[in-house]
Amino acid sequence: MSRRNAKTTEEIALGIRRRVFEHAMRNNGGYLSQACSAAEQLAWLYNEQLELGAPTLPMIPKPFGGVPSADNPTYHTGAGYNGPPRSDLDRLFIAPAHYALVAYATLIEVERMAPEGLEMFNKDGSSVEMIGAEHSPGMEVHNGTLGIGFSTAAGLAWARKRKKETGKTWVFMSDGEVQEGQTWEAIQCAAHHGIDNLYAIMDVNRQQCDGAMNTVMEVGDIKTKMENFGAVVVSIDGHKLDEMRDAAKEKHKGKPLIILANTSPFRGMPTLQRRFPRLHYVRFKSEQERAEMNHDIARALGVDPIDYAGAH
Amino acid sequence: MAAKKKTAPAKGAQTGVEMVNRPYERAFEKYAMAHPEVMCLSADLTSSCEIDKFRDKHPDKFISLGMAEQNMLSFAGGMGMAGYRPFLHTFGVFLYRRPYDQLMASVAYPRRKVRLMGFLPGVTTPGGMTHQAIEDISVMRSIPNMTILETGDATEVESICEAADSIDGPVYCRVLRGSVPRLFDTPIQVGQMRELALGTDVLIVTSGITTEEALRARGALEAKGVSVRHLHLNTIKPFDAQAMLDHIQSVKGGVVTLENHVTEGGIGSLLAEIMADNGVGKRLVRLGLKDTYAHGGSRPYLMKFYGLDATALVAGVETLLGKKLGITEDDLTIARVEAVHSTVKAEGL
Ligand SMILES: Cc1ncc(C[n+]2csc(CCOP(=O)(O)OP(=O)(O)O)c2C)c(N)n1
Repeated sequence: MSRRNAKTTEEIALGIRRRVFEHAMRNNGGYLSQACSAAEQLAWLYNEQLELGAPTLPMIPKPFGGVPSADNPTYHTGAGYNGPPRSDLDRLFIAPAHYALVAYATLIEVERMAPEGLEMFNKDGSSVEMIGAEHSPGMEVHNGTLGIGFSTAAGLAWARKRKKETGKTWVFMSDGEVQEGQTWEAIQCAAHHGIDNLYAIMDVNRQQCDGAMNTVMEVGDIKTKMENFGAVVVSIDGHKLDEMRDAAKEKHKGKPLIILANTSPFRGMPTLQRRFPRLHYVRFKSEQERAEMNHDIARALGVDPIDYAGAH
Repeated sequence: MAAKKKTAPAKGAQTGVEMVNRPYERAFEKYAMAHPEVMCLSADLTSSCEIDKFRDKHPDKFISLGMAEQNMLSFAGGMGMAGYRPFLHTFGVFLYRRPYDQLMASVAYPRRKVRLMGFLPGVTTPGGMTHQAIEDISVMRSIPNMTILETGDATEVESICEAADSIDGPVYCRVLRGSVPRLFDTPIQVGQMRELALGTDVLIVTSGITTEEALRARGALEAKGVSVRHLHLNTIKPFDAQAMLDHIQSVKGGVVTLENHVTEGGIGSLLAEIMADNGVGKRLVRLGLKDTYAHGGSRPYLMKFYGLDATALVAGVETLLGKKLGITEDDLTIARVEAVHSTVKAEGL
């Protein structure tokens, strides 16, 4: 599939890491490891794989406009950053909503949101929420309660198939979600109903809030389990774009296709390894650590250290 | 008539409110280590619930259940059958929204001694709709056999484990974490409301973080000549209606409730039920989230935006009195420290 952007997907992935790094430095912490593990996946989805129309919402996000209610007729979701919901176009759900920071950085890199959008991250009254809300840029439903994303996508994909829509439905997932029973119900359902216009790419970084997944709740061989539940599964190196491109071509008639992107939670920012196994939300423990990380990560990403004096 | 207990103001606080860091962390460890049947269960939010040090120090009393809340609830029910008293730790929402059926069938119906420690109640989390337990009290109040406790200060957090574990059945607790103000110096006594002021014009009923807001408002209200009766609830279910009825009848005007929760099904509804059941012909102003979801943001922003703060309470009292009092934001800030320590005298009703 042709690139839509002047930038290569590699450049976009690097740009995502740089933006999330800068943000985390200025705010004394953030979802850094998710940028490390997921940058290629989101860059690839937006820059190559997804067929999306032009954004329908302003480049600079509007403030929070209220929640869905009969009294709020102008309410809308943030899906317009992914373009209009046309029958021939694709849809994307970010299932682990705490990846929002990385997703917003991606929207900026692919020129669907202005860089000012990231300045609004987690600010009071803003729609650019820390845990992506359905009114946040690029989001169409609330997924902050993990494990519901694949089910929603399966339902939408089923409906789109019935309506003879040609667009695909994609979900970006996290591996923590396989601990929730609903994920398995969703795969079993998608297989049973032959929902093959449904695609997922899962960031298998082997991390969750409490640390390494095998110390918190062992999930075993995800690929075999998913296959047994009825999906076609391709396991790849989640930092290799060619493997991603090939995986998406895998035949999966009558079944959903799930790509397991095996990743490193410190890819591109090797110094983060020092924080293992507490990587879920990296808050710097001291000014010294912040300064060291700033120096080391900036060098690894090929940028100048961030001037965060005057920030938080 | 239920026995009433005088609640003394916190000591040494004439200079300001004492802030206590991570009171749950210490209190839980102390309590759990003194009680062999108490077990610590966690659902991948271990440090967010201040039990990470406990996990590291006492691994054989800590059970990691991962991000799988439905299983955790029924698993806890099973442990309860063998005489253990599991303390479940996660954000409040994740204890009842997804695992509601498990909560009913495995915990509430059979009256297992399961202690549900719900962190980040209401708008105390910036995580938005999926993280904000804004209808938990309503849900729990409608579950037979359930007890509901809510902490409003550091002393209540320090005593929540003992209070919860004294319940012969399941209990849901709203627990505050992080830096928590100390407003009281006596522990939670299950079933006993705190009488923080015994004025005669209006009755203000609060619980959890809204009590501190009421303390801010109270001094300003009193400075304008409004005699305030203020009650703090740490036990929401079961509830002694008679004691509350006596307070309602002791004020000339009506009642204002302020809660970190939707106005349906929480303490506002509790008051409405008591008043209607007993034919009390007084007005009730229920403040809280007005039949709306909230969104993500800082706690002070959300409390202001959704009308859960001292300013909203003053407006509620004005509604009740049918007049403006001319209280400004500045009056409220100043009132904060003093009001916390206004002397309270016991009243034999
Ligand atoms: C149902 C539910 N339970 C708990 C949480 C709290 N929570 C947020 S992220 C997370 C796990 C993170 O693991 P993963 O999804 O693999 O993301 P990563 O650590 O790789 O960022 C948890 C437990 C939640 N959001 N939803």
